[in-house]
Amino acid sequence: MSWQAQLVLVLSALATMLFVLRLVRRRELRGKYSLLWLATGVAFFVLALVPGLLKWVSDLLGVGYPPAILFAIAIVFLLFVLVHLSWELTRLEDRTRALAEDIALMRSDAEEDS
Amino acid sequence: MQKTLVVIPAYDEEASLPGVLKELREQAPDFDVLVVSDGSTDRTAAVARADGARVLELPCNLGIGAALRVAFRYAVNHGYERVAQVDADGQHDPVTLERLLARIDDGADLVIGSRFAEGGAVTYDVSAFRRRGMKVLRHLVKRLTGREFTDTTSGFRAMSQPMVEHFSRSYPSEYMESVEALVDACRAGFNVIEIPVNMRGREGGAPSTRGFRLLYSYVRLVVVLVASAGGRPPVTR
Repeated sequence: MSWQAQLVLVLSALATMLFVLRLVRRRELRGKYSLLWLATGVAFFVLALVPGLLKWVSDLLGVGYPPAILFAIAIVFLLFVLVHLSWELTRLEDRTRALAEDIALMRSDAEEDS
Repeated sequence: MQKTLVVIPAYDEEASLPGVLKELREQAPDFDVLVVSDGSTDRTAAVARADGARVLELPCNLGIGAALRVAFRYAVNHGYERVAQVDADGQHDPVTLERLLARIDDGADLVIGSRFAEGGAVTYDVSAFRRRGMKVLRHLVKRLTGREFTDTTSGFRAMSQPMVEHFSRSYPSEYMESVEALVDACRAGFNVIEIPVNMRGREGGAPSTRGFRLLYSYVRLVVVLVASAGGRPPVTR
């Protein structure tokens, strides 16, 4: 990897982490979601500083083309995040449904009382 | 006599709640009691009502932070001048409540009942892992606030009206919110103090979180605390 590419990678990893931390500080991102993205930032940071790491992993797994490992990991990670988000979304939908039901019931109670 | 509200966040605590309410009625009859049932699946709310407590019922389980937050809003809306927070599992002795509230009258905004402060007693079993986590938190809180607190996760606290007002707008809602709230209160310039208290073993129920989830909670909390350490204060809504 050229030093230019390395520099860009390090800087974007740092920027990502700072941005996520800023969102957490302003309470615009919950702590639990921030952990995933901070971990991603750290991973990229390490990969950029130690380019040999990717080569080492690909040799270990017998993959001839090291970047393929990176793509594979990225895709699996993103799939994981998407499943997680779908899970959270399901929970949210269940909660809003319960809320709407509660309000409907309370309204009918209030109307019967008046 | 100042208008005082005792808040008890409760999640499936039908077993221990009657004992806590009975003690409060005997030891602190002048205080109003508000039980927040955090999406309980047992008879927590019914038990509390039967005992004459005020009850807020959340339609789903939102966590202790959210339960406290709605209680603080209730306190603000109803003009309470002092608010105390007590656990539903019977760990906290209502006799001590008066001592916490007395410090509010002396001008403190947030009084934390500490298990570990000089003079406090632990008749109380904390797991080794939890104790290590608490130690890390203690050091972190010291770095962030410049103050030494011995029991950052205590759920036995008393608050002044301005403190409750502040919390009703900005109380954190994720697990171990008490530490975040403590740091937030210090940074916002409130007068936060800690006094030693005795705590007893639980009357019922088990610690809400352990093992991997507990570790995850610690990591999350450290990230949030460190992230919050600099720059402008959080957006409140």
